[in-house]
Amino acid sequence: MVGSSSERVTIVGGGAAGAECAARLRMADFAGEITILSADVHPPYELPSLSKGYLSGASGYDEVLLRPVSAYTEHDIDLQLNTRVKSIDTARHEVRLDDGRVLSYSKLVLATGGRPRPLLVPGAADSAHVFYLRTLNDADRLRSVITPTSSIAVIGGGYLGLEVASVARSMGAAVTVLEGLPRLLSRVTSPPVSEFFARLHRTEGVDLRLEAKVERIEDTPDGRVTIHLGDDAPIRADLVFASIGLLPSVQLGIAAGLEAENGIRVDEYGQTSVPDVYAAGDCTSHPDAQDGGFRRLESLPNAMETAATVAASIVGNPAPYVAVPWFWSEQYDVKLQTVGVYKQGDDAVVRGDERSGEPFSVFYLRGGEVRAADVISSPRDFAAAKTLVARRVAASAADLADRRVPLKALLRATAAVPSA
Amino acid sequence: MTSTSCNPERGTDVPKVTLHYPNGEVRTLSVDNGQSVMKAATANMVPGIIGECGGELTCATCHVFVEPEWLDRLPGQEQEEVDMLDLTSEEPTECSRLSCQIVMSPDLDGLVVRLPKTQR
Ligand SMILES: Cc1cc2nc3c(=O)[nH]c(=O)nc-3n(C[C@H](O)[C@H](O)[C@H](O)COP(=O)(O)OP(=O)(O)OC[C@H]3O[C@@H](n4cnc5c(N)ncnc54)[C@H](O)[C@@H]3O)c2cc1C
Ligand code: FES
Repeated sequence: MVGSSSERVTIVGGGAAGAECAARLRMADFAGEITILSADVHPPYELPSLSKGYLSGASGYDEVLLRPVSAYTEHDIDLQLNTRVKSIDTARHEVRLDDGRVLSYSKLVLATGGRPRPLLVPGAADSAHVFYLRTLNDADRLRSVITPTSSIAVIGGGYLGLEVASVARSMGAAVTVLEGLPRLLSRVTSPPVSEFFARLHRTEGVDLRLEAKVERIEDTPDGRVTIHLGDDAPIRADLVFASIGLLPSVQLGIAAGLEAENGIRVDEYGQTSVPDVYAAGDCTSHPDAQDGGFRRLESLPNAMETAATVAASIVGNPAPYVAVPWFWSEQYDVKLQTVGVYKQGDDAVVRGDERSGEPFSVFYLRGGEVRAADVISSPRDFAAAKTLVARRVAASAADLADRRVPLKALLRATAAVPSA
Repeated sequence: MTSTSCNPERGTDVPKVTLHYPNGEVRTLSVDNGQSVMKAATANMVPGIIGECGGELTCATCHVFVEPEWLDRLPGQEQEEVDMLDLTSEEPTECSRLSCQIVMSPDLDGLVVRLPKTQR
């Protein structure tokens, strides 16, 4: 057993990060009390399914739960749902809840995630037809309005918007995607990948509008909604799905005096600027082990690994968080797997033909080293890409682009470097 | 309750899987029929199987070595799983499977797997 039984870890947030932190503590034989305080009404669930299998109906409620609710009781984890933390007193080691209760802690973990960035154009806040997606209840609401006969306008061409577009389109709904910038996914990937997804959605029958200027949203008396688009003709739809980014939930931490900038600042061990307070998941800004500085990531692997890092620190077995980020997305029957973080200015090397409809990969060279990759429907290439990126292998664009040169051969050329 | 099975583990409602850890530790895991070994491991908070992608065949952090006598009895492997085995942290062998793809059925009651030293 680790930790005295009088220790009390209080975790704010019942998402993947909060749940994983609790589980990791128990797996490390932590003997103290563990409490998860979650504003959500559902036990911790998998967010990725909400825009994929759960939205399409392929997976049900039990499948999206990370664990059955009984698992928490069995492992003596006090999971308090529908419970919101209002404030933290770090000097007294106390949290105050919405319902007036005050709980003490010896270690506090903030895993508060974030909420969708609201659409601020006139009419959006008052519209009855604007939907967002972050929680299971959001997914249920969205599922109830997307039907084979409905028309849906997706605002924001990021992964979330495109996944919802793909599920809605696959159900038969009429889908328009409105992206303000000249290409899809422009913050996260290179032009060849953006163009691939644009073609994919158009082939599937999505009306994709780039450089769309959404100016105003108007509910109409017939129960539908009109999206006014600057100079272009307005669009009529049954609903608007807005996916224009995430606002990390940092207010609670900031009010308690924690350092924060685009996320609650943590060191490589998940420790915040205040003793006995840790943070994990989407709400954190952590040291970027690959490129220096700080970064905030929104991905399930990051939520789980930062949570594992915090748990290890709490049980006195600290190990720095240095993992290379990775992510995936599914649209129609295409699976994208990404490793590393693409940066503007990277040299994008396409392996395969992004126009052929066949699997292909794009490798990103920075300073002659492979620093990131987007792999389309090719798990085997992804396996190699993950290692190439983790080892920052120096490779020529010509070799990477040449499918006759096996990726594994490029790895072998650097076999002397130990793997991560 | 009467049971016609010679195996004391058999005949009970929930099939069991035995996990052997690299340090010699042995644990028994209950896996519901229709549930994957990965899901059962994470639900029961047993260490050694991470399941970072929730069973989407994307992470290979659910790698196990299946005891040879069980290999043939397991459901077949999809190409995607074979490809993903390239991604495991510990070198895969012919006995390697991704445990999110091992879905429990009454036939698999008593399955024995060994866990790798690392999953990532
Ligand atoms: C629809 C969707 C699809 C996604 N798809 C993918 C994917 O394919 N691959 C991938 O890698 N990532 C994906 N992601 C991202 C990934 O799921 C998230 O990065 C990850 O789940 C974040 O987990 P978290 O625990 O940090 O945050 P959250 O899951 O947001 O959890 C935060 C928790 O904190 C609670 N909370 C907040 N404030 C308080 C308070 N004051 N008091 C009490 N509780 C509070 C909330 O109720 C919630 O339970 C997706 C995300 C979404 C929304
Ligand atoms: S859980 Fe990710 S591949 Fe099995």
